Amino acid sequence: MIGIEHYLTLAAGLFVIGVFGLFLNRKNVIIILMSIELMLLAVNINLVAFSSFLGDLVGQVFTMFILTVAAAEAAIGLAILVSFFRNRGTIDVEDVNVMKG
Amino acid sequence: MTAADFSILLPEVLLALFSMTVLLLGVYGGQDRLASLVNTLCVAALLLAALLIGMGEGAARSAFGEMFLDDAFARFAKVVLLLAAAAVLLMSRPYMERRGLLRFEYPVLVVLAVVGMMVMVSAGDLMVLYMGLELQSLALYVVASLRRDSLRSTEAGLKYFVLGALSSGLLLFGASLIYGFSGTTLFSGILSAAGEERLPPGLLIGLVLMMSGLAFKVSAVPFHMWTPDVYEGSPSAVTAFFATAPKVAAMALLARLLFEAFGAAGADWSQVLALLSVASMFVGALAAIGQRDIKRLMAYSSIAHMGFALMGLAAGSALGVQAMLVYMAIYVTMNIGTFAFILSMERDGRAVSDISSLHMLSRGAPLKALAMLVLLFSLAGVPPLVGFFGKFYVLKAALEAGLGWLALAGVIASVIGAFYYLRLVYFMYFGQEGEGLDRAMAPAQRALLLGAAAAMLLGVINLFGVDGAAATAALALVE
Repeated sequence: MIGIEHYLTLAAGLFVIGVFGLFLNRKNVIIILMSIELMLLAVNINLVAFSSFLGDLVGQVFTMFILTVAAAEAAIGLAILVSFFRNRGTIDVEDVNVMKG
Repeated sequence: MTAADFSILLPEVLLALFSMTVLLLGVYGGQDRLASLVNTLCVAALLLAALLIGMGEGAARSAFGEMFLDDAFARFAKVVLLLAAAAVLLMSRPYMERRGLLRFEYPVLVVLAVVGMMVMVSAGDLMVLYMGLELQSLALYVVASLRRDSLRSTEAGLKYFVLGALSSGLLLFGASLIYGFSGTTLFSGILSAAGEERLPPGLLIGLVLMMSGLAFKVSAVPFHMWTPDVYEGSPSAVTAFFATAPKVAAMALLARLLFEAFGAAGADWSQVLALLSVASMFVGALAAIGQRDIKRLMAYSSIAHMGFALMGLAAGSALGVQAMLVYMAIYVTMNIGTFAFILSMERDGRAVSDISSLHMLSRGAPLKALAMLVLLFSLAGVPPLVGFFGKFYVLKAALEAGLGWLALAGVIASVIGAFYYLRLVYFMYFGQEGEGLDRAMAPAQRALLLGAAAAMLLGVINLFGVDGAAATAALALVE
């Protein structure tokens, strides 16, 4: 029997993979965008699981909002990435270093 | 019922509609030819909204089943951030014109970000909080990379985007846990679920995750890494915006979340805030010492100031919230004056931001140098000026809440921090002979610089009544 704890474990696992993907990845900024998407989707699993467990629709409404905002966020991220690529000629994470820090 | 709800939401709805109308005007009216008209219209709209909200009296109201709150606290924060955004737009126009950067998108995006911030400070529900925060953030990512042919600006935008998205992710994961363990997303409902003495672990983890997400937005240490780079890389006018309105909104949102939703669990979050506050004050003060770029310096300065504002929240009392609000209002005024000066820093018509260009400013432009002297002393918190009273309120709130060690750390950090402000003053009055800066300064920038400096001197009398308004606002939040 699959209970709420399985969903929560899965979501937490995906979220942590997303966070690590963000920090450990040294190769490509696109992978960072994918990691961000993974984090947001993990949150969605969490919300839908809670919503079904509590018998309360609010969680699913929240999920709809997150999906919409995530799409807008990805579009803006890609747009910024494209203009960065035009100036720098590369999208390697190691080359995002004109300013220290 | 819906009509009554929308009447409460009126300022936000009107501003959103206004921004879209102006966007259409810009697109169909020949792109950037109308840019300065659009800018003026946006300033007028922001001022009008501030007037509308500032004049609006009456008891606290809520719309859509307590999802959207309109109380004295929200009104205070909204007036401060609307005025700050209007001032920033006003002073950035000459700067943008001279750099060939004046596009009509910039004021429109600023207005959209302001709408997001207004929703943030009025949020009474986790969903409203998230939508407001994202509306603000998405607009800010774009303005950070406004100068799309510049490597620095696009890199700043990229860094801000990646770290901002990470912070939104943390915040959302926390929100989902809070929803799951309390069964509601309404702030008022979470309070009743957390009514017991100790928070259940699920809610506690959710709260900590949400606090770290918001700490990113207020750039509190250890979540401050993006601040110096984004401040340095963005066009100065955008940096001026980053340093003012979004900080007020994020701070007010943090206060709203902690007091409205987790007020009964004050002991659980007060220690976390105290640690964030100490770390921010010291890192801000120490790291600023080595900076050569005035925008990076202001970034660390804002980190240190956020530490002080967090100290007010950590006190966990109405007095603490009042101190935080007064501190933010003063901080915004000082930063607007300082950035009006930074925006006017030019040598032979080219923008410079190196602090060595300040050498002997007092000889070339004595009035500007004097105004900067007042503002820098105020930022450092030197006693007769208004900046001191901001720090005094916060320290008093911390002391009364029994956080004596935090107040002591604050005093030490502000003494360390005074060093780099005073070094700038030293450069301006006793520096070496250098090339100096151009003397020209746009009227709007001059007015804001002198106005902010005058406010730092004249405000000593009664703080322009800001402390009274902040006290009313704080009582609305902490019953």
